[in-house]
Amino acid sequence: MATTTAAPGAPTTKIGQAALEFDDRLIVAGPLRRTLNKVFPDHWSFLLGEIALYCFVILLLSGTYLTFFFDATMQEVVYEGSYSPLRGVEMSAAYESTLGISFDVRGGLLIRQIHHWAALLFVAAIVVHLLRIFFTGAFRRPRETNWLIGVVLLVLALLMGVTGYTLPDDLLSGTGLRIISAIILSIPVIGTWAHWAVFNGDFVGTEIIGRFYIVHVLILPAIILALIAAHLLILVKQKHTQFPGAGRTEHNVVGNRLFPAFAGKATALLFIVFGLCAALGGLVQINPIWLWGPYNPAQVSAGSQPDWYIGFLDGSTRLFPAWDLNLPGDYTIPALFWPTVVGAGLMFTVLALYPMIERKLTGDTASHHLLQRPRDVPVRTSAGAMALTFYVVLWISGGNDVIAEKFDLSLNAMIWFGRIGCLVLPPFAYWLTYRLCIGLQRHDREVLEHGIETGVIRRLPSGEFIEVHQPLGPVDEHGHGQLAYGGASVPKKMNQVGGARRAIKGFFKPVEEPAEVQRQAELEARGLESEQSDRQSITSGRPSEGGRPSEGGRPQAPRD
Amino acid sequence: MSTTKASSEAPLEGGRRGLLRRRPVAGTPAAAARDRRRSKQRRRLANVAGLMAALVLTGVGYSAFAPGAIAADERSDSESIAVEAGRELYVLSCITCHGSNLQGVEDRGPSLIGVGSASVYFQVSTGRMPLVRQEAQAPEHPVMFTEAEIAQLMAYVQANGGGPTVPSGDLRDGELAEGGELFRLNCASCHNFVGEGGALSSGKRAPSLDGLTDAQIYAAMLTGPENMPVFGDNQLTPEEKRSVIDYVQTIQDQADPGGVPIGRAGPVAEGLVLWVAGVGALLFGIFWMGTKA
Repeated sequence: MATTTAAPGAPTTKIGQAALEFDDRLIVAGPLRRTLNKVFPDHWSFLLGEIALYCFVILLLSGTYLTFFFDATMQEVVYEGSYSPLRGVEMSAAYESTLGISFDVRGGLLIRQIHHWAALLFVAAIVVHLLRIFFTGAFRRPRETNWLIGVVLLVLALLMGVTGYTLPDDLLSGTGLRIISAIILSIPVIGTWAHWAVFNGDFVGTEIIGRFYIVHVLILPAIILALIAAHLLILVKQKHTQFPGAGRTEHNVVGNRLFPAFAGKATALLFIVFGLCAALGGLVQINPIWLWGPYNPAQVSAGSQPDWYIGFLDGSTRLFPAWDLNLPGDYTIPALFWPTVVGAGLMFTVLALYPMIERKLTGDTASHHLLQRPRDVPVRTSAGAMALTFYVVLWISGGNDVIAEKFDLSLNAMIWFGRIGCLVLPPFAYWLTYRLCIGLQRHDREVLEHGIETGVIRRLPSGEFIEVHQPLGPVDEHGHGQLAYGGASVPKKMNQVGGARRAIKGFFKPVEEPAEVQRQAELEARGLESEQSDRQSITSGRPSEGGRPSEGGRPQAPRD
Repeated sequence: MSTTKASSEAPLEGGRRGLLRRRPVAGTPAAAARDRRRSKQRRRLANVAGLMAALVLTGVGYSAFAPGAIAADERSDSESIAVEAGRELYVLSCITCHGSNLQGVEDRGPSLIGVGSASVYFQVSTGRMPLVRQEAQAPEHPVMFTEAEIAQLMAYVQANGGGPTVPSGDLRDGELAEGGELFRLNCASCHNFVGEGGALSSGKRAPSLDGLTDAQIYAAMLTGPENMPVFGDNQLTPEEKRSVIDYVQTIQDQADPGGVPIGRAGPVAEGLVLWVAGVGALLFGIFWMGTKA
């Protein structure tokens, strides 16, 4: 490698020579070139996972700052800080130092709030990313491993969140900790031992904050970091999936090179995510622990909820009937065991094994690098909608007391809405989504066969009125299109096939001269080459020649 | 009045007699005559002085005692007027559910005998009473009576069976931090950490403590309206009640150092903001970047 860079022409500039010296020793030019030339397909939904990655970066940075001031012990102290409503109150050192971070450390409250908002966003981005992967079929062979890693990352992110919001040892998180303790105790046979192992004794003990701290700042971040690295390496190795479209096959990747296009976008997104977390952290108050008060097992507040990502477990616990299972011989399985340990266990197991389940059910063991549109796989899409509906009902039920209070509803009515809703709404969502998918599929086929509705009504000499349709490709003797559906989006409006004047570029204000755009449009209309033709594949008025509507107009068998 | 006068005169006469008795009696007739004349003059002088003193003392006594007596009369008069006015308001607005003798009506309203003016003050001044219709819990609506009318209703109910009353004076005169501890221990389980309120079963709820006066909070603790337990003075002493009020009002008035408080409602509101504003903004961002392909 080193010889090949030196051979054709030695660099003349200072930087070039320095780079050569560097490369002579470390031999990075080749791999770096390959990396920078790596092609990433371009679609907005492929950026969702990146948001999670950047959130993790923010969490590492802000969390490191917080560790400088946080005291993770449960030693009893009397608060003498600057927040007067708590002065003189006994509390743990953990809570006192969190108050200190909030009121006495320069920038402490801002960093704490950025950290917390970024944590909420981290899990949200993972979930949205997971939904994208699921609904487009990106988990199919050969990407089952990365799906599995992703699900593990999701679970670790939840644990990260729980251990994190427990650390301040305030009344809200302490209530959550009490529930965690109860969940561990509810596990049959090993419950008590497991609880003693985690808490080093009965609730609450003197150890748990210190233990959660190490789990939160060392063990989990290390595992997450390693798994993210594996996730990305596998992604690079297997190459990114892409949506079907012109020139895109199972054997290529169409998109932008890592440098400069993709790197520019990624950097922009990094700054957007940083900016959003900073804006939320600076403008919107989150987890005001000074209002909650220090944890005291004798106290509990109305409206105590976990952070959003644990809300579904709170909801399932609220909805599940109080069915304690009393077994002969003085054994009891508490009702809490089913909606938490069993419920969450089942949900995450099914989620993790979904690629294998689908492979078993469909018998499709082939490798796939082209994504599927959700409508083209109605069963999976509907099953996903069903699961999502179930999740959302549990999630709403996790906050049902707040909803009941704010909207003047009966809490009992909310409980029964949740109980009935989590059984009735998912099948309904399945049916509805299935019908929507089929309807969308049929409409795609209809447009391919009859063309786009132009909105032009013509009266024939016979007096009959017809609506003029714009065919998307060559037609047979009956006027029916011969294009087969290729798994890509079908244009449904004349604008999408160049029926309208090209949109003037510019997001907030036009960055192009409208008159110039007009002139170009006229040139195009006369069949002359536009000066800027790099977008022709998308905006061309001749869909039969390489636009989105078809893959060169060649008939294909329907994919589904 | 007359008795006051008599009692103020009686010791005065006794004093004058005592003064005469103590006088020495001389031997000669001339001396006796002179003495008699003198003593007559003296007696006359003494009579005048005594009369003057009596008049002055009577005046002083009158000014000292009589206005009090008149005021006492006026108070009892105004009390009975207030009670009477309260009764009229009661007959117009409350009698349907609480009965003609405050004894209550079955399935409509409880007896008001012994609930005290504190209860009337809380229920009426927060707009809970008069009730529009029977529900799980009395909703708060705009207050129907003026302060004077509320005072009249309070007087009427207080006059019929007595009961707890709201003390006057500074009701925030307590220990702030202790009030916080007591609040979290006794109140937060229904009213939430920050007095945001919370849902109870079957449409009942613990209301938000936002915008309540000190006296209303005190009256609520003292009387336990709706589903709230009574926090009598043996459970929370008047000082502890003042501490709780101090804490509640302090944190209600306190600024939020972290920014927009989003209702101080905790993780539910935070999750909503995250998904609507946070994830919304990011999706907007990546759509935007998508259009820049």
